[in-house]
Amino acid sequence: MRLDAKIPSGPLADKWDRHRFESKLVNPANRRRHTIIVVGTGLAGASAAASLGELGYNVLSFCIQDSPRRAHSIAAQGGINAAKNYQNDGDSIERLFYDTIKGGDYRAREANVYRLAQVSVNIIDQCVAQGVPFAREYGGQLDNRSFGGAQVSRTFYARGQTGQQLLLGAYQSLMRQVERKTVRIFPFREMLDLVVINGRARGIVCRNLVTGDIERYAADAVCLATGGYGTAYYLSTNAVGSNVTAAWRAHKRGAFFANPCFTQIHPTCIPVTGEDQSKLTLMSESLRNDGRVWVPKKPGDKRPPHEIPEDERDYYLERKYPSFGNLVPRDVASRNAKFVCDEGRGVGESGLAVYLDFRDAIERLGRDVIKARYGNLFDMYRKITDEDPYEVPMRIYPAIHYTMGGLWVDYNLMSTIPGLHVLGEANFSDHGANRLGASALMQGLADGYFIIPYTIAHYIASTPLEKVTTDHEAFAEAENNVRQRIDRLLSIKGSETPRSLHRRLGKLLWDYVGMSRNEAGLKKALEEIPKLREEFWQNVSVPGDANYVNKNLEYAGRVADYLEFAELLTIDALHRTESCGGHFREESQTPDGEALRDDERFSYVAAWEYNGVGQAPTLHEEPLVFEYVTPTQRSYK
Amino acid sequence: MRIHLRIWRQPGPDAKGHFENYTVERVSPNMSFLEMLDTLNEDLIRRGQDPVAFDSDCREGICGTCGFVVNGRPHGPDSQTTVCQLHMRRFRDGDTITLEPWRAKAFPVLRDLVVDRSAFDRIIQAGGYTSVNVGGAPDANAIPIPKEVAEQAFDSAQCIGCGACVAACKNASAMLFTSAKVRHLALLPQGQVERTRRVLNMVARMDAEGFGPCSNEGECEAVCPKGITLDNIATLNREWWKAALKP
Ligand SMILES: Cc1cc2nc3c(=O)[nH]c(=O)nc-3n(C[C@H](O)[C@H](O)[C@H](O)COP(=O)(O)OP(=O)(O)OC[C@H]3O[C@@H](n4cnc5c(N)ncnc54)[C@H](O)[C@@H]3O)c2cc1C
Ligand code: FES
Repeated sequence: MRLDAKIPSGPLADKWDRHRFESKLVNPANRRRHTIIVVGTGLAGASAAASLGELGYNVLSFCIQDSPRRAHSIAAQGGINAAKNYQNDGDSIERLFYDTIKGGDYRAREANVYRLAQVSVNIIDQCVAQGVPFAREYGGQLDNRSFGGAQVSRTFYARGQTGQQLLLGAYQSLMRQVERKTVRIFPFREMLDLVVINGRARGIVCRNLVTGDIERYAADAVCLATGGYGTAYYLSTNAVGSNVTAAWRAHKRGAFFANPCFTQIHPTCIPVTGEDQSKLTLMSESLRNDGRVWVPKKPGDKRPPHEIPEDERDYYLERKYPSFGNLVPRDVASRNAKFVCDEGRGVGESGLAVYLDFRDAIERLGRDVIKARYGNLFDMYRKITDEDPYEVPMRIYPAIHYTMGGLWVDYNLMSTIPGLHVLGEANFSDHGANRLGASALMQGLADGYFIIPYTIAHYIASTPLEKVTTDHEAFAEAENNVRQRIDRLLSIKGSETPRSLHRRLGKLLWDYVGMSRNEAGLKKALEEIPKLREEFWQNVSVPGDANYVNKNLEYAGRVADYLEFAELLTIDALHRTESCGGHFREESQTPDGEALRDDERFSYVAAWEYNGVGQAPTLHEEPLVFEYVTPTQRSYK
Repeated sequence: MRIHLRIWRQPGPDAKGHFENYTVERVSPNMSFLEMLDTLNEDLIRRGQDPVAFDSDCREGICGTCGFVVNGRPHGPDSQTTVCQLHMRRFRDGDTITLEPWRAKAFPVLRDLVVDRSAFDRIIQAGGYTSVNVGGAPDANAIPIPKEVAEQAFDSAQCIGCGACVAACKNASAMLFTSAKVRHLALLPQGQVERTRRVLNMVARMDAEGFGPCSNEGECEAVCPKGITLDNIATLNREWWKAALKP
């Protein structure tokens, strides 16, 4: 199968306008006759379901939580980018496009990223109209701040709770459509299979997480907006319910999985403290606007931070990257934290932490200004660590945070299964090998509010869709598939918990497929993962039954999928022998330890086709063509 | 530390519930409260017993998924802290802690500590939004909003919809929740067009869902993890009277 990204022809700046004009439309009177399933109610899913409802389609919206408002997007802290140039500091659509392509280490499609930059400005308008209380200046205009990898201030924010406010805006629009009866919501539902009929996605099978019923839903098109797979690593900044299940089951039905090894490790998280920890907490990147990162110059220096004089501190980011300083992109900041800790200069009990120090900022701006900017983050830090960051520097360490990889989609956000569209973090889309801060929220809302309404209309209008009901044998087959898996989990009655197996998988991935990867380690992981999977299916314990709220059963199913997915993640990391963005292969680095790309061999999207559990997947390459930017060695010096 | 727990166990919405006693050994003070419960559940699962059902997701105090009553207080003893952000260093070796679900007619128990809060969604559905479709929004800076107003709107908009306010109220009133959304939108220019309709519809839906009346005792404010204040309720009352008396 040849991958066709369906990128419109013509000059970069005109592609999206032209494409919209050339796309077919669905007559307003006919829209309510078309059912669209949207799985997920994060920024991508909620905005898609609300917009499609506004247009008059019959929308069914699903999520695993008790309410659509709780999707993981709610936890995003720092902000959302848009090329508004309100600060008059030289921003433009071109610059946002360029920063994002470069930030992604030239592993994203030009046309997609350009479109993202174009619609970014509409997103902010839409959110303000919904009543999102963004931060303002005294004159009443919107305020901005800077994020890593950019030299302009283009990030809009609502204190440290931007994701919450954006998601509530999208959720409220969604609930408005529920009142208008264009959208029906199905909370407490977990999609466990995709139904494909005549080669097209025509429905899903879900488990009702309250009653345990297995339910069938048919539609003309399906959108997956089920988020990223960061929790494959067990400890991550993601919500504990985040999972790869929906995407993985779609993959098993024929949707290619692209670039799974592009995972993002966020430099500023609260370090790991113990075995029982269930998640890691992010300290927003925005803190690097005012906080300075340092470690002692001397290895093994155990003095408390205030006793270490200025000339014995190494502000290593400012030293190595004078033009971006503490605001280098995430991959660069994370790797450097690892390097200094590997040299024995890490701080805190474990030695796996660096300081993020606000002393100078508090001296310069005063405690009140810092409190206004980051108050809730400082409070959160204190609650977790019992230390006061106004007095002592924060200790931070990198953690898994975001996944650039995901289901492969074309320019229309359609996967390799016709009719199956993938939005938000669940697709592989626009961030290449490394996502810049404040651009995931932008992409999620771009996909949902401004892209899918056009592209799905074109699909529906140009595709002969025969009538399908849930009585079709494909539904019965999918339901049977789901039931068998659940029965199998319940029948093992072993002695290991899903959590302890997940923890072990996470450690394996973190050690061998984490911040820094090499051939021997990746091969080792490929030996260990199948063993762990085998152990899971022999010895997992899932007490109780399937016909009521059984959180451990839900969790066991997600861990089982991760045990399959982890192998693909590792295979992709092994095959890509270059370093790029978040994927650092020790075999491929510049003399000064920066990631060294190999554009000759790897300037492509790696899209993997499923061939069965434990079977080698088939690689399909989508070449990346750069017509407007010239890929160069990324430099933030 | 060793911690004793008395936990409400209820197999399903229509089944009868009861308290059961457990002991968790080797609790570290750095654990979060939910990690302590994870440890208990690990133990139960290894022994083939049904773990305690409780809800959580972000574990950072922002999604509003977690929440149960700890020793008689929703989310436990720390002010402005969800139970997922509560840490075991707050307790002492040998303590006995009682855990119960939110108890309110409008929040039926689904199992153990998990309740159904969809009534909150239906209150928002009745009017907790601005009716703007995607596409036609004016430039975001077209209407200046004074910084103080944006900040006040944010203070109300912070509500995480966890339901602690309802659980703390002897009438199981949802006034704090509803008023936070009414005030958030009433403060902003974008919320003006539907201001009258919104407050009337949301209050009517709140009553229809079976939440009780507000008797101004302030337990809700005291337990709110996001510090939503009683001023919101005062605003709602003003807004409602103005709307109701409108000719
Ligand atoms: C702590 C943190 C802070 C962040 N801060 C920022 C930031 O400041 N700026 C920024 O741009 N990005 C940020 N990000 C990244 C960003 O928040 C996410 O990438 C983005 O919100 C993902 O949105 P989404 O809509 O794709 O998916 P999600 O919000 O993850 O939503 C997934 C949805 O899918 C549903 N779902 C999942 N599986 C199933 C299933 N099997 N069946 C049914 N439903 C299912 C869930 O219920 C949920 O509704 C942050 C991420 C984290 C972890
Ligand atoms: S789990 Fe999200 S607020 Fe507690």
